[in-house]
Amino acid sequence: MYQTTYHRASSVDDAASLLKKADDGKFVSGGMTLIPAMKQRLAAPSDLIDLRHIRDLKGVKVSGRSVTIGAATTHAEVASNADLAKVCPAMCNLASHIGDPHVRHMGTIGGSVANNDPAADYPAALLALDATIVTNQREIAAADFFTGLFETALNEDEIVTAVSFTAPDKCGYAKFPNPASRYAMTGVFVVSSGSGVKAAVTGAGDDGVFRSPEIESALTKSFDAAALDGVSVPAGSLMSDIHASAEYRANLVVVMAKRAVAAANG
Amino acid sequence: MGMEGIGARVARKEDKRFVTGAGRYVDDMVVPGMKHAAFVRSPHAHADIKKIDVGAAQKMPGVIAVLTGKELKTDGIGNLICGWMIHSKDGSPMNMGAWSPLAVDKVRYVGDAVAIVVADTKGQARDAAEAVEVSYDEKDAVTDASAALKKGAPQLHPEAANNLIYDWEIGDGDAADKAIASAAHVTTMHIVNNRLVPNAMEPRAALGHYDKAEDHYTCWTTSQNPHVARLVMSAFYNVAPENKLRVIAPDVGGGFGSKIYIYPEEIVCLWASKKSGVPVKWVADRTESFLTDAHGRDHVSEVKLALDKDNRITALKVDTIANFGAYMSLFSSAVPTYLYATLLSGQYVIPAIHCNVRAVYTNTAPVDAYRGAGRPEATYLLERTIETAAREVGLSPAEFRSKNFIREFPYQTPVIMNYDAGDYETSLKAAMKAADYDGFEKRRDAAKKNGKLRGIGMSCYIEACGIAPSAAVGSLGAGVGLWESAEVRVNGVGTIEVLTGSHSHGQGHETTFAQLVADRFGVPLDSVSIVHGDTDKVQMGMGTYGSRSGAVGMSAVAKALDKVEAKAKKIAAHLLEADEGDIVIENGELKVAGTDKAVPWFQMALAAYTAHNLPDGMEPGLKEGAFYDPSNFTFPAGCYVCEVEVDPETGRTEIVQFVAADDFGNIINPMIVEGQVHGGIAQGVGQALLEGCQYDAGSGQLVTASYMDYTMPRADDLPSFKVSTSNTPCPSNPLGIKGCGEAGAIGSPPAVINAITDAIGNNDLTMPATPQKVWAALNAKH
Repeated sequence: MYQTTYHRASSVDDAASLLKKADDGKFVSGGMTLIPAMKQRLAAPSDLIDLRHIRDLKGVKVSGRSVTIGAATTHAEVASNADLAKVCPAMCNLASHIGDPHVRHMGTIGGSVANNDPAADYPAALLALDATIVTNQREIAAADFFTGLFETALNEDEIVTAVSFTAPDKCGYAKFPNPASRYAMTGVFVVSSGSGVKAAVTGAGDDGVFRSPEIESALTKSFDAAALDGVSVPAGSLMSDIHASAEYRANLVVVMAKRAVAAANG
Repeated sequence: MGMEGIGARVARKEDKRFVTGAGRYVDDMVVPGMKHAAFVRSPHAHADIKKIDVGAAQKMPGVIAVLTGKELKTDGIGNLICGWMIHSKDGSPMNMGAWSPLAVDKVRYVGDAVAIVVADTKGQARDAAEAVEVSYDEKDAVTDASAALKKGAPQLHPEAANNLIYDWEIGDGDAADKAIASAAHVTTMHIVNNRLVPNAMEPRAALGHYDKAEDHYTCWTTSQNPHVARLVMSAFYNVAPENKLRVIAPDVGGGFGSKIYIYPEEIVCLWASKKSGVPVKWVADRTESFLTDAHGRDHVSEVKLALDKDNRITALKVDTIANFGAYMSLFSSAVPTYLYATLLSGQYVIPAIHCNVRAVYTNTAPVDAYRGAGRPEATYLLERTIETAAREVGLSPAEFRSKNFIREFPYQTPVIMNYDAGDYETSLKAAMKAADYDGFEKRRDAAKKNGKLRGIGMSCYIEACGIAPSAAVGSLGAGVGLWESAEVRVNGVGTIEVLTGSHSHGQGHETTFAQLVADRFGVPLDSVSIVHGDTDKVQMGMGTYGSRSGAVGMSAVAKALDKVEAKAKKIAAHLLEADEGDIVIENGELKVAGTDKAVPWFQMALAAYTAHNLPDGMEPGLKEGAFYDPSNFTFPAGCYVCEVEVDPETGRTEIVQFVAADDFGNIINPMIVEGQVHGGIAQGVGQALLEGCQYDAGSGQLVTASYMDYTMPRADDLPSFKVSTSNTPCPSNPLGIKGCGEAGAIGSPPAVINAITDAIGNNDLTMPATPQKVWAALNAKH
């Protein structure tokens, strides 16, 4: 790791001003991606501004079916939140399968969303749930937020403060983990609500998280795993790497969608 | 057996320090004035070095020295060697290219060391290493061994035309051809044995300390054989004469073969310590481990197995290409020859065997022995082929194997080995019973109802351990003898130190070697200490690899114990005024048999050291040494049965049952043996399902250089193993031990792949059988 200067921000404004003062500063939350990259000398921020200890960014609020999760809430806290489990158990289940216990107790939803790893779990959930990403500057719809591989609509100095969504009637998530990293090699989050069916796919798209019209149209007819029998998704815009070809991923999208629907239907 | 003697499940003495984090590894060592090193490594797989500019690096904060290969050569440090001479079938010696500890004018793989930087801190050393400017002239690279043999392929070493190191053969080719031509059935296989990265938990490390006043070097290093390291560094690398070089291998966190070899880094750290005037420590990070630890396996073979009309095997013919990487590592040449092709008879009567092996340079990390070393390659090839042949002729895999088993011992194979003892049918039956083999079809039907494809596979392995009779390996080209040494020191009050040339890096020698002594003299285990891993304490030894510590290392201890026992009896007989032939040792006492006359062990020891009342002419003290040179290899064998369920939608394989029935000869500590089998199976399952080292063919970059892409087996990849042993004692050593360290890794891969191919009904599957590959095999037209 190169030399860096660590700052623990006390508030969102403090964090923003620390960044402004820094030569080449970077916000860090759980650091589950940034710190390993720094250890491998692939990233070299002059200053690290830690957002995890900002009180306003922590915690899960559930009011009726409206859910707000503070950006500095860890995956373990999301996984174990009893209020959230009542209205949207799929979200708790998703969080409970991110990484390993160490990662779940350090990594945060805000960090994951801002990093937008193409194999991260949360982006699929937020896109399918039509969630809103709240920042210190504005509110951004998930559909506009995730813009590509590790790319988001965030400005350099913009901080994710929370994500919010309305818990749907039904939702479910299933992922097939990469055998080595155990990130999602393909993960599908399906939602059935008054406004229709949505299915978002992570880990598979060559431009990051995306919604699958083939899956959505089949499930719109019937929100049932059997509705996906014989459905195929095009492999053209899917990733190929040493672990999975685009064709294999296309198969996994359908299989994981089936399993996500089965989970959603309980 | 007593509570702590041979055969007892004694908890490991060393685990207290390991599980409490109190182990002492090389990185824990601190020497006054110690500084830190970082290596400048080649980012290219193949390039000429045009210029190395160290000017900017030398000016960086904290930098003490920046040293290159040119200075190393000027100081007379030698090239790394391969210590086992293999001759090609035309009689010519192997073509070994030069391997300088620091590359001088050419780099041949990504990670090749080019320079060393010594600085006050590790971070400063790394910063400065990045500032060393190396101008490269990039050349085309080749990573695949078959491709490297083709015309026009990039050439690595001027000494090895067409990248061919040797073209070696064993066995009778004409006899094999004749049998194949007249066979009732021939099974043909294309077998790929995947390349593996060893991944010991502790990365390699070295601390070199040159004491100017004494003109003496000390090297702390992560080694499985510190004495061999000293020998080689003295005799070949001109680091220092043996009496001026102490090598210490303290606690070492796993080796699996990868820490047998003497690598550039320890040589360079010792030399750099003298050059820079400070002790120099280097610890590999995980990426360096992936790039530069000697890799394992990487064979491609064409196989023909001939059967007569009664389904008896008449011949086996094998043509293998072995990838050696960019340089010949210390024992690399022996792995695909005498540790591989000599095991191709397996557990079977095969009248004619022929194997041809071509060893090839490529622009990849050096390849050498990795847990099993040659024997997993032989076993995988043979057991995949045997299972396939059984399927093709319509016999059950068990029946076909049983029909062809060797049943009379000693048995001389057509490929050098003389099996001394074994009972293959007993292991086969034990494994089938433990696996409820007969109930499999019911389980297959039940799985089908759940949408899963269930399969069962078997593997009957044999290996050669206890390497090995020195004269025999010498005649086959080994540059060293493979005996072992021991010294037993009985102290004045009867406590005992055992010095051994074996080295424990996870095997539990501090417990099992002590059990041997406790068993012999009836003394408490706690009164016996094992000393190893330091050339200043133990005079000489050949180290630990090839499951040799029990069969060879403990046999040396047993020989030294014989001498101690003889002298102790003489002393006791003198004290008790009895005939020494009547003295027996029981429960910590030396007794006159059949009487109540006895002298306690500690009192006998005290008498040896007070020397007030010893037999006439006897020297005081009680300390004996022994060298043990084995008379044969040992031949552990067994039968493994694996049962899997494949999810046809995703191709994911779950191992639902794994049975191991082994014959390890006599066992000192069953708990430790089971641990070895568990670990071995985990590595074997890793090779079969998960681990696949991949280089990018064009650039020669290691694609799987971290745990993000290289899949290590995890607990949830493995079932709870059912392990058992039915043992035939080894007649070739005094303890009847065969060895158990590698069996799991040798026997398991073919069992796993045989099970998956049974489940999916497609035999065309390579390791690692990842979900993607299994899914593709399921959906392939065949």
